[in-house]
Amino acid sequence: MDEAPGRTVSADQETDTQYVEEWVSGTEVPDEMATGEGAQEMALQESGYRFREQLGAVVTDDYLYEEEVSEDERMIINMGPQHPSTHGVLRLQLELEGEMIKRCKPVIGYLHTGMEKTAETLTFMQGPTNVTRMDYLAPLHNELAFSLATEKLLGVEVPPRAAAIRVLMTELNRISSHLVALATNGMDIGAISMMMYGFRERELILAFFEKTTGLRMNHNYIRPGGVAADLPPGWRQDVANILKTIPARLGQYDDLLKENPIWLSRTQGVGVITAKECRAYGITGPILRGTGVEWDLRKVFPYSGIDQYEFDVPVGAHGDVYDRYRVRVEEIIQSLRIVEQAAERMPKGDFRADDRKVTPPPRARIDESMEALIHHFKIFTEGFRPPPGEAYTAVESPRGELGCYLVSDGGGKPWRCHIRAPSFYNLQALPVMLAESMVADTIATIASLDPVMGDVDR
Amino acid sequence: MARRSTPGNIVTTTIDWAARWAQTQSMWPATFGLACCAIEMMATGTAHNDLARFGMEVFRASPRQADLMIVAGRVSQKMAPVLRQVYDQMPEPKWVISMGACASTGGMFNNYALVQGVDQVVPVDMYVPGCPPGPQSLMHGILTLQRQIMTGQKVSG
Repeated sequence: MDEAPGRTVSADQETDTQYVEEWVSGTEVPDEMATGEGAQEMALQESGYRFREQLGAVVTDDYLYEEEVSEDERMIINMGPQHPSTHGVLRLQLELEGEMIKRCKPVIGYLHTGMEKTAETLTFMQGPTNVTRMDYLAPLHNELAFSLATEKLLGVEVPPRAAAIRVLMTELNRISSHLVALATNGMDIGAISMMMYGFRERELILAFFEKTTGLRMNHNYIRPGGVAADLPPGWRQDVANILKTIPARLGQYDDLLKENPIWLSRTQGVGVITAKECRAYGITGPILRGTGVEWDLRKVFPYSGIDQYEFDVPVGAHGDVYDRYRVRVEEIIQSLRIVEQAAERMPKGDFRADDRKVTPPPRARIDESMEALIHHFKIFTEGFRPPPGEAYTAVESPRGELGCYLVSDGGGKPWRCHIRAPSFYNLQALPVMLAESMVADTIATIASLDPVMGDVDR
Repeated sequence: MARRSTPGNIVTTTIDWAARWAQTQSMWPATFGLACCAIEMMATGTAHNDLARFGMEVFRASPRQADLMIVAGRVSQKMAPVLRQVYDQMPEPKWVISMGACASTGGMFNNYALVQGVDQVVPVDMYVPGCPPGPQSLMHGILTLQRQIMTGQKVSG
């Protein structure tokens, strides 16, 4: 059984699974194994499409092996969901032959929160509160994707200052997210100092976030129509301090890791993926750029006026763990460049659109104007009603293309909210990266993917 | 430690008190990160906030070596049995901190997917509010739990 389901009408002799021509919801053949307890378990005697799927056989390439599975030499072990190196609650089933991984199957859903469904019960105004908790290392990117989609539905333009604040905040968020990625990658392979370094610099950025948004994480700061509040007094000094401190600290990371022979041997040539495979799986972000593909949504589909800033797209060459680490370090440097430019040219003006049907009036107006009071009340009770339609917007989150697809039926709440979560797509790379590799490399590879399980399961 | 000390460098105490003191001052949490709160839990353990000051920087990967479970994040229906199993594997005496709004009450996600409060699955000794609670909040929760263990009585705030 070579074809993917949904292409042919045929019956697989071995698995007794029927595949139908075109998938129509509700018409599928009831398959007990599909939803039953243990359906996601990996079995030793598997063959046909499901077996190939687990090998990552979408792209025919050299890692595809045709051997028969022999039960006495192979062992299936379980890793996670409670494991210190799975970055949350990822569960992996690994088929081992000695120390060699033959197959790997990620099992997800341990953090499924039903957020896309929850989004249908919240107004567009409340939406960012929900989506910010998806990818909790890059909350501002989630909010930005949702806000851009809502603004596309509404046809609202944000003022230049709001766009610049958004760029400033999301690029700082990219730095803090990459710092955590480096920290956890270091800790997983044994470089505990990197953990301490990464979180130390993250505190610096989080202090600024707390001052600006009121919270260290899950900010709900970027909202449809602009941002929630203007930058606080003294923000230039804080940003200047970040711009001064972090480049110097990056030197410390390089001292620790860049030419460290242990680090090199643990990361170079480990968890390799090719550009072709990345394209086949829809993998984006530092993993794709680590293979040498210069693909960055900030360049190809610019948002929030980010095309007016000067920055480069760092790429790797080999697509291994080391290249992904280097790409992240270089991206921190590029983000610092963007932050510097954003701080320099921060335009004057309003920090949210001057459309009283979309954004609340300034606090001072509420005391003197009856209309302002009514607008304020209306926005926070029932929100606004975008015209019926659908919108998809994507931003370059620290993990790749983070897209938000919104459907409006003309009501005050989204009829459907779907998030294209980069971690979910990137996680598909694991079976490809781990096939025919050592057990110890699993840890380095997972860490280099930088998956956020909140983003995967939502 | 000394309750009463006599001039000759002799310290007397009760076994009960000494045991409780040892329990509080080397409380090892299990690494049980679930969601956003786990990042703040990590931040609590690292350089800036340095949980090691309270004798608990040793996050144990194995629940069999841990005596404190910090439920850091939202507990889904799928995760609840795993959480209970990890709790059962921890040796007595053991304590549970429910960190954050989601773990304590389900938070803003009142839907089909989440367990509405981890106290439906395991007994909770201390609830830490916040979404997510900052490192200071978590440390305050831990210190309050330590006080509770020392005095043997419920301590609030």
